[in-house]
Amino acid sequence: MNPRLPALLARLGPFLGLLLVTALFALPAETREHFLSYANLKIVLTQTVIVAIGALGMTLIIVSGGIDLSVGSSIACTSVVGALLLQRGWGPLPVVLAIVGTGACLGLLNGLSIALLRVVPFIITLGTLGVARGGAKWLADNQTVNYDASPINGWMTTADPFGYALPAGVWVAAGLAVAMAAVLRRTVFGRHVFALGSNEAAARLCGVETARLKVAIYALAGATFGAAGVFQLARLRQGDPTVAVGLELDIIAAVIIGGASLSGGVGTVLGSMIGALIMAVLRNGSQQMGWPTYFQEIIIGLVIIVAVFVDRLRQGRAAA
Amino acid sequence: MSVPPALELRGIRKRFGATEALRGVSLSLAPGEVHALIGENGAGKSTLMKVLSGAHRPDAGEMALAGRPYRPAGPPDARRRGVAMIYQELTLAPHLSARENILLGLEPARAGWIDVAAARTAAREALAQLGHGNLELERPAGAFGIAERQIIEIARALVSRPRVLILDEPTSSLTGADTERLFAVLARLREQGVSIIYISHFLEECRRLCDRYTVLKDGASVGSGPMAETTPDALVTLMTGREVRDLYPRTPRAPGEPLLEVRALAGSPRLRNADCVVRAGEIFGLAGLVGAGRTELLRAIFGLDPRRAGGVRFGGEAAAARPRGCWAQGVGFLSEDRKEEGLLLSQPLGDNLTLAKLGTFSRAGWIDAGCQTAAAARWIEALRIRCLGPDQPVGQLSGGNQQKVALARLLEHPARILLLDEPTRGIDVGSKAEIYALIGELAAAGKAVVVASSHLPELLGLCDTIGVMCRGALVAVRPRAAWSEAELLRVATGTVDPSS
Repeated sequence: MNPRLPALLARLGPFLGLLLVTALFALPAETREHFLSYANLKIVLTQTVIVAIGALGMTLIIVSGGIDLSVGSSIACTSVVGALLLQRGWGPLPVVLAIVGTGACLGLLNGLSIALLRVVPFIITLGTLGVARGGAKWLADNQTVNYDASPINGWMTTADPFGYALPAGVWVAAGLAVAMAAVLRRTVFGRHVFALGSNEAAARLCGVETARLKVAIYALAGATFGAAGVFQLARLRQGDPTVAVGLELDIIAAVIIGGASLSGGVGTVLGSMIGALIMAVLRNGSQQMGWPTYFQEIIIGLVIIVAVFVDRLRQGRAAA
Repeated sequence: MSVPPALELRGIRKRFGATEALRGVSLSLAPGEVHALIGENGAGKSTLMKVLSGAHRPDAGEMALAGRPYRPAGPPDARRRGVAMIYQELTLAPHLSARENILLGLEPARAGWIDVAAARTAAREALAQLGHGNLELERPAGAFGIAERQIIEIARALVSRPRVLILDEPTSSLTGADTERLFAVLARLREQGVSIIYISHFLEECRRLCDRYTVLKDGASVGSGPMAETTPDALVTLMTGREVRDLYPRTPRAPGEPLLEVRALAGSPRLRNADCVVRAGEIFGLAGLVGAGRTELLRAIFGLDPRRAGGVRFGGEAAAARPRGCWAQGVGFLSEDRKEEGLLLSQPLGDNLTLAKLGTFSRAGWIDAGCQTAAAARWIEALRIRCLGPDQPVGQLSGGNQQKVALARLLEHPARILLLDEPTRGIDVGSKAEIYALIGELAAAGKAVVVASSHLPELLGLCDTIGVMCRGALVAVRPRAAWSEAELLRVATGTVDPSS
C-alpha cells in the first residue's frame, strides 16, 4: 500500500466527514432546497462561531495532552461579566477586553493549579467547571442580566439589508483561527505545545519549562473561551449564567472529530474548525428535518464515536 | 601546565531518606577520552547520571567542568554548560519531525517565530557530524527505526556543542550492525575532542570502545584505570564483589522426546517461515537482528499473533489457537517488554506473582491473603529476589529483580514449554548469572526452553541448539558447537547462504 495514503486520509478525514453530513441533509427532497441556500449557510456559519472559537483554545490544550472541562462555565461566566459591565455603561471595546481578560484569568487559574498542584487537568477543570458556573450565578444574582442596546448585539445577527454580509462573529472566528494555526505551526511556543503532548519527559529534558508552558497554554486557551463568551453575549443580548451548559462536550467533540488525539501530540486548527462545522451542520440539518433534539444528541454522540474509531484505524495502519 | 580534566568528580554523596545512593564517587575524565562507567543495577549509575545532569543536587562532594566548579541548576543548565545526556529509554517526541526533535528547547527564533531555515541548517550540521547528513529532516520521529531514532537523539545532544557526552546503555536495544555504526559515530566525536562517559552492561563493548573505566559498587567507586590493563573477569569481580567464574553454568541434561514442533509456520508479515523441533530438556536459542521475526515467532507459537499457515504441536497435540489454550497446554511466554506487557509495576510483588493463578489462592472469590503471601515468600527465597517483602510494588525493584518476578510468575504455572523473549535485557551481570542458572535448572528438570536474544555470547553460552532468523524466516538450525559468534552474525545479516 502507498505509505502516504494513511497520512492523506488523516488530512482529508474531517473534510470527507463534512461532505458526508452535508450530503445527508442535502439529498432528501423536503430539505434540499432550503438547506443548500446561502441564507442557511450563513445561519450555519453563525451557529458555528461560539463552538469554533472555543475549539481554538481546546485544540491548544488537547494537543498539549490536556483537557479543559470548564469551557461551558467559563463562557457563561465571562458573558455575565460582560453584561454587568454593559449595564454600568461601559463601551464595547473595554467590555470585550474585560471579557477576554476574565477568560484568561480563569484559564490562568486552571493552568496554575495544574502546574503547581500537579493534579491532572481533568480533575482541576472539573473543579473550575463548578467554580465558574457558581461564580456566574453569584455575579448575576441568579437571574439574567439585561442591559440597554449595545453594538455588541449586532455581531451575531444574520439579518442585514442585503442578506449577503456575514456577521462580525464569523470573520473574527476565521481570523482567530488563522492566527492560532500560525502560532501552533510556526512559533517556538506552538512547537513546544506539540512536544509537551507528544513526550513530556523529552520536552523537560530538552530544557522546555513545562510548568510555565502549561500555565501559558491554559491562560491563552482561557482567553479564547473569553472570546467565545463575547459572542455568546452577542447572541443572547443578555447575560445568562445558565447558558452553555455542556458546551464543553461539543467543543471537545469538534476537536476530536477534527483529528486531534486525546493522548496529545496530534491536532490541527483546520481540523478542529471542520469539526465545529460538522457539529453545526448536524444540528441545523436535524432541526430542518424536524427531528427531536434527543435524536440530534444521539447522532452527535455516534459521530464522536465514529471519529475516534476512524482515528484508531488510521493510527493502527500507520504503525503496521 | 597540564590540561585540566574535562570533568572531575570528587567524593560525590547523595542520600534519599534512609538510603545512601552515592557514598563517595570520584571520577576523572580527560578531554577526548571515552570512559566506561560500569556497575550492577542499583550500584548508583542512574543517580550519578542525575547528579551530572542537574536533576539531583549532591549532598557532598565537588564537581568541576574543565577546571571550573560545576553545579548545574537543572537539566537545561547542564545542557547549556556543555554536558549532554543520552538516556537509556529514547526520549523523542514521536509526533514532532526529526528537525524539531533535534532542536527541541534550542529553536532558533526571531521574536518567538521559528527560523526554519536556520533550524534546518543546524540540524543538518549535527547529523553530518555523525555521518548521517542525509536523514529525512521533516519526517516524524516516530516513523524512524530505532537506530535512526538514536542518531536523532545524539544529534540533539550535539546541537548544544557539548564538551561531555554521557550515554546510558545506548546499545541495549540495538543490533550488532547498528552497534557498529554507533561506535563509528562515537569514534568520530572522540576525534573532535568530545569526552564521553559510556554506561553499559556489555563488558565486551566497553573493552572495545573505552580508554579507561570506573567501576561503581553500592554507590562508591571501587576501581578505575586504563581499560587495556584489566580483564573482563577482573571487572566482574569488582562489580559483584565476588568472583563469577562461570557465567553460563551447564547443567547435566539429556534432550528427550520432542515437546515443541513448529512446521512451516507463517504469521504476521514479519514471520514468513519457521521450522524447528525443541525437545524436553533442551535450550533452544533464537538469534537474529532486531526485526528479523524472533518475537513474532514466539508470539505466533503462543497464539498471541494469528498463525496464517503451517502448524504448531505441543507434545504431539495440536496447539490451541489462543494464548489461554496454549497456557492450559503447558506453555509459558515471557514478553521482552516486561514493563509494558509483563508486570503490573504499581502493584505489590505478591499480586504480580500470583496474578495468573489467583483462582487457586481464593475461596469463593475471596483471595486468601495468607496463602498468597506464602507463595510469594517461597518464590522470593527460591529466586533470591531482593525486595522488602511481598507487599513492595514491583516498580521499585531493580530490572534484574523485576525479571525474576516475571519468571517466577511463569514458573508458578506448571509449564512444560517456556518461551523467553530477551530474558536478560537491561539487567546486571549478577542477576544475569542467576537467571542463566535458573534456565539451566529448568532444562535439567525436563522442560523445553526457547530463548530469543540479541546478545550472541549469551546464546552461545546458554543454549544447546541455536536457530538464526533472517527477514522473517528461520534459516539455519544447528547444534551450539557448530556456531561461532561471527558465523551467527553472518547468517543473521544474510551475508552467507546458510544452506551452503
